[in-house]
Amino acid sequence: MSSSLVGLPVIPPFAIYFAGALVAALARGRARKAVLVLVPLVGALFMLRLHSGTTWTMGFLGYQLVPLRVDRLSLLFGWLFQLAALIGNIYALHLGKDEHDGVQHTSAMLYAGSALGAVFAGDLITLFVFWELLAFTSVFLIWARGTERSLRAGFRYLVVNVVSGVLLLSGALLRAHRTGSIEFGHIGLDGSLAAWVILLAFGIKSAFPLLHNWLTDAYPEATPSGTVFLSAFTTKVAVYALARSFAGTELLLYVGVVMTCFPIFYAVIENDLRRVLSYSMINQIGFMVAGIGIGSALAVNGAVAHAFADVIFKGLLFMTMGAVLHMTGRVNGSDLGGLYKSMPVTATMCIIGAASISAFPLFSAFVTKSMIMSAALEEGHKWLWLPLLFASAGVLEHAGIKIPYFAFFAHDSGIRTKEAPKNMLVAMGVAALVCVAIGVFPGTFLSLLPFDVTYAPYTVTHVLTQTQLLVFGILAVVVLIRTGIYPAETPSVNLDFDWTYRRLGASVVRTVGGVVSAVDRAVRSAVLELVDTGLGVAVRGHGPKGALSRTWPTGSRVLWVAILLGISLVLYL
Amino acid sequence: MWDKKENVRRLLNALYVLCAVLVALDLVVHRHTEHPWEHLVAFYPLYGFAGIVILVLAAKGLRRVVMRPEDYYDVE
Repeated sequence: MSSSLVGLPVIPPFAIYFAGALVAALARGRARKAVLVLVPLVGALFMLRLHSGTTWTMGFLGYQLVPLRVDRLSLLFGWLFQLAALIGNIYALHLGKDEHDGVQHTSAMLYAGSALGAVFAGDLITLFVFWELLAFTSVFLIWARGTERSLRAGFRYLVVNVVSGVLLLSGALLRAHRTGSIEFGHIGLDGSLAAWVILLAFGIKSAFPLLHNWLTDAYPEATPSGTVFLSAFTTKVAVYALARSFAGTELLLYVGVVMTCFPIFYAVIENDLRRVLSYSMINQIGFMVAGIGIGSALAVNGAVAHAFADVIFKGLLFMTMGAVLHMTGRVNGSDLGGLYKSMPVTATMCIIGAASISAFPLFSAFVTKSMIMSAALEEGHKWLWLPLLFASAGVLEHAGIKIPYFAFFAHDSGIRTKEAPKNMLVAMGVAALVCVAIGVFPGTFLSLLPFDVTYAPYTVTHVLTQTQLLVFGILAVVVLIRTGIYPAETPSVNLDFDWTYRRLGASVVRTVGGVVSAVDRAVRSAVLELVDTGLGVAVRGHGPKGALSRTWPTGSRVLWVAILLGISLVLYL
Repeated sequence: MWDKKENVRRLLNALYVLCAVLVALDLVVHRHTEHPWEHLVAFYPLYGFAGIVILVLAAKGLRRVVMRPEDYYDVE
């Protein structure tokens, strides 16, 4: 295979996408559509030229920059992002002028290129450049929605993500100062400030608890296809960075467990189905972060395998909800229902995505998530395994049942529409195929993982216990719905940590601003009064009728001189 | 298809039968266990059922604290 590719030069994958973005920006109509499909294919072709060990280095201000570093970990994410870009571009092919197609296509291509640039970066400065580009290129996918909400959410998204980049650069410089190296390799919490700052930068983009609201805030406000791209790249680059630099950091295990558990409560009561999926993303990233925290070969393999599976099944679920939004203009659970009649193919795709994320046997997460679960027990974390198992059941509730049930079944909302455009169906079909392929033929997929560990997902025990967990979970939901205990979908907003900066922060600024301006007003008026009084005194003295500006007759001046002379005479005598 | 109560009832009956079979299998199949709780009979069915019930009830409670009108952030 590689012998026939010898003629091809080694090109960093991001360069192909940046060039493709330029062509897509200039091209129109069919030519642009061709570019959108061709770039990921050309990218994949050139990926075949990259092998573990390929490295490019160059000097920069006394440091060694590594714009291209290829190993098994970066190759796996490279292939994942090529696939995600292909699926996303196909999904977005139908976009027209009124949806800012040029902006969306160009932005998506630059965004995919930035993600590829980040995973093949071999030093922290190169990583920083692509880390910031991820934010600047993707925000247009939010703004292209063209609503007041998307504009505001986009700005909040940009601020948080740029801060993450600034922290990364600060951490990199601190580390360079301390160790003399900017290598993007294992860092770990070595007690240095640099390591903590870098972990915080990675943590923001991985949506760590309390740092997570940029995601649930912005992703549901993006365009239907924009959210598909957003869900694929930013957080997974962050997971990749954590896997490379902080594998085996015990703190991450606890952070990961919290991430798997708290978002599922929000997902149950959230009405916007794309926001439900955003909370669900944090839950899934939690499993990956926990795996990285455990740090064994099986656990890290599981974390990156789950990242791969998640991009595809979460992308599939976002695509089905995007299709519903595109066709009906709505995506709130309270507005939808009964759509399986109008959109049967989309409904089927949604069920495949739901089965994959819930980890039913024969679907992708059954293979990938269970590696993390097994590793947790193997490494003796038996008490943390319990909340992870609870969160696994929780996934079934909000992503496995709630999403397909409220969109396509439940009560008939009366909405009648048509099936989604063909290109959307093809994109969903490709993603669904990958979900099933990983679930049915795990061997090939597992051999691509960074560590050589044998893992057999299909044991009698695993198939039986997982099926028991899920089927009784379904039974619980059925009982809760039929007894009327299950909470109804209600048009609402649920306060989360972002309340602190969207409301509390704003009102603190307003209150403090009010106090400051009141004090300022008082001080100004007091000073003005003082000046006025001073001016009054001056006017009394020096004004037109003031005692000191009066014109004195010469006679009185002579008299005064005589008096002064008299006094000095008396004094001298 | 799902407008007919008949079909929904059939689907649910199938679910109940499946649940019964899965518990029965737990008694027959010798499971490989690692966690101290795993060897309990019907551990996974109970954990899955109880987990979801607790999750939904707790989320309903959470709603009382955090739920606001849809335009909460849109109005100053």
